[in-house]
Amino acid sequence: MDLFEYQGRDLFERHGLPVLGGGVAETPQEARAIAERLGGKVVVKAQVKVGGRGKAGGVKLADGADEAEARATDILGMDIKGHTVHKVMLAETADIKEEYYFSYLLDRANRTFLCIASVAGGMEIETVAEEQPDRVAKIAIDASKGVDEAKAREIVAAAQYPAEVADQIVDIAVKLWQAFVAEDATLVEVNPLAKVGDGRVLLLDAKITLDENAAFRHPDHEALVDQSAVDPLEQAAKAKNLNYVKLDGEVGIIGNGAGLVMSTLDVVAYAGERHGNVKPANFLDIGGGASAQVMANGLEIVLGDPAVKSVFVNVFGGITACDAVANGIIQALALLAERGESVTKPLVVRLDGNNAEAGRAILDGANNPLVERVDTMDGAAERAAELAAAGK
Amino acid sequence: MAIWLTKDSKVIVQGITGSEGSKHTRRMLAAGTNVVGGVNPRKAGTTVDFDGTELPVFATVAEAIKETGADVSVIFVPPAFTKSAVVEAIDAEIPLAVVITEGVPVQDSAAFWAYNVDRGQKTRIIGPNCPGIASPGASNAGIIPADITPGGRIGLVSKSGTLTYQLMYELRDFGFSTAVGIGGDPIIGTTHIDALKAFQDDPDTDAIVMIGEIGGDAEERAAEFIKANVTKPVVGYIAGFTAPPGKTMGHAGAIISGSAGTADAKKEALEAAGVKVGKTPSETARLMREVMSK
Repeated sequence: MDLFEYQGRDLFERHGLPVLGGGVAETPQEARAIAERLGGKVVVKAQVKVGGRGKAGGVKLADGADEAEARATDILGMDIKGHTVHKVMLAETADIKEEYYFSYLLDRANRTFLCIASVAGGMEIETVAEEQPDRVAKIAIDASKGVDEAKAREIVAAAQYPAEVADQIVDIAVKLWQAFVAEDATLVEVNPLAKVGDGRVLLLDAKITLDENAAFRHPDHEALVDQSAVDPLEQAAKAKNLNYVKLDGEVGIIGNGAGLVMSTLDVVAYAGERHGNVKPANFLDIGGGASAQVMANGLEIVLGDPAVKSVFVNVFGGITACDAVANGIIQALALLAERGESVTKPLVVRLDGNNAEAGRAILDGANNPLVERVDTMDGAAERAAELAAAGK
Repeated sequence: MAIWLTKDSKVIVQGITGSEGSKHTRRMLAAGTNVVGGVNPRKAGTTVDFDGTELPVFATVAEAIKETGADVSVIFVPPAFTKSAVVEAIDAEIPLAVVITEGVPVQDSAAFWAYNVDRGQKTRIIGPNCPGIASPGASNAGIIPADITPGGRIGLVSKSGTLTYQLMYELRDFGFSTAVGIGGDPIIGTTHIDALKAFQDDPDTDAIVMIGEIGGDAEERAAEFIKANVTKPVVGYIAGFTAPPGKTMGHAGAIISGSAGTADAKKEALEAAGVKVGKTPSETARLMREVMSK
């Protein structure tokens, strides 16, 4: 889960890291109140989880509460690269003398963590790495040792931060690592880490990603979820413990296993190229031992998407038995009919593996005109795309 | 023969009394796996009956090894306890630990990996979030269905469970030496490269299927390894060509970040290394069929 800047600022503050005073507002009036509290000049920043907001006009200076309210009025509701601004952060301004870069992140390749540190901040680190690679230091972090003062000194030396800020950055590096571990983050990025007029070093931006697998030990993280960005179908699926991602096509997809479902999306997209350019409408993995109830829940979500014109159920019975899946489909359709939900969209079903013959026989025996059985994954994708194109 | 798991492997199950642990212990036994016991400190000293096979429950992995000579542990404990279970397996220096559990925090995986490295990597870790390893006809450690295919001379390494089953099914007339599901998490113990190296060195494997997916650069690094070290034919498949960036697709590690981790980049890297990459699982099976029929 990616956090907004203001959530990152608050998290830094909670962990004793030096940040500027600030607050978040959803209305111009709230913005005014925060500006009054902060006093004097403030910066009004659009809260969107996408880069380049400054260039898009999403970051403005304001001299006093009146101007802060006016700037908030301008920025709230703006569209920045497809992201609507629902919140602005107001923060004290700083007399920035120098801008640096600092981050901790997951290093998948080396199965550990990495610190990236640079004296060149305030711009994209990828650009710095390309144009001035000698100014970007990458320091591996041993997951069993973490970052203590000695490691922090190693980082500061490698990054060639100026001597007058070294002690401050050592302290920041240690505390930031503690925050990274305590919050189960997979990324904390500070850009810029800035030296200001009075000589202090402050964290002036925050980009944080938290590990959703660790949610069980962070009940407080639930409150950080951006409800305005949650797709209603994704929310409904989550409430039913389904692994669902909404996409923008017309072919609803239900399968078992993340890899097979990803593969199903691809195969449907290829078939769609031959049939009116239809695309997958969603990713839905019903998992290993899917029961009739799980299948019913999945079908309900997928059929509830008005963009869906046909559904492809693609199951390889490993642990799951295909006869159970077939029964699930039939029961799910009956269940939906009982609830008075008229199912009119065609289903293409491909069953292979464990008890496939029995599963196919059940589908054939049910003789439901909406359910069509195709023996191969490629053939079924072709048929589902064709039906979706016809229904468009 | 096979890699890492053979008919002589003695398997224990950490979490043998849990619902997943007991369900799959029964399946592993039915597949002919030599399961010799389980671990659960709260039920140590008892036995569990699996359709007539009485298995002893030990307090620790170390005790289980001492009493049974076990050399493989399959771990089915919930995410919150996975790190300590793996650390226990590492402390006991079991040669192979297969971590099935899905949903392990990545800092925990990083921690047990670092712990393993600090202790000289005496334990091979497969997973987490994986279906395990199967050497058809010999032994089965994990949740890969045992009846899809008989033994044979194809090796398979994959991030995905069901795609593994799909390919095993499509190539069941040839059969497999070993299939390794390495798992879909960002940090995993055994990589594509580890499996490719083992298959290259295995006299009973003639060709290798490698299945990858979006996220990270493990496939790109595997491609470099293949170019330099693998002389056996490799056929590849990558899932997630049409996945949107920034969205996690089921597996915690399956996410395109910015322009990194795309399926296209992985396919190109593999093809540059001389690997034939199928557009669909079925085409991948066809490519392997051609290789094996030569």
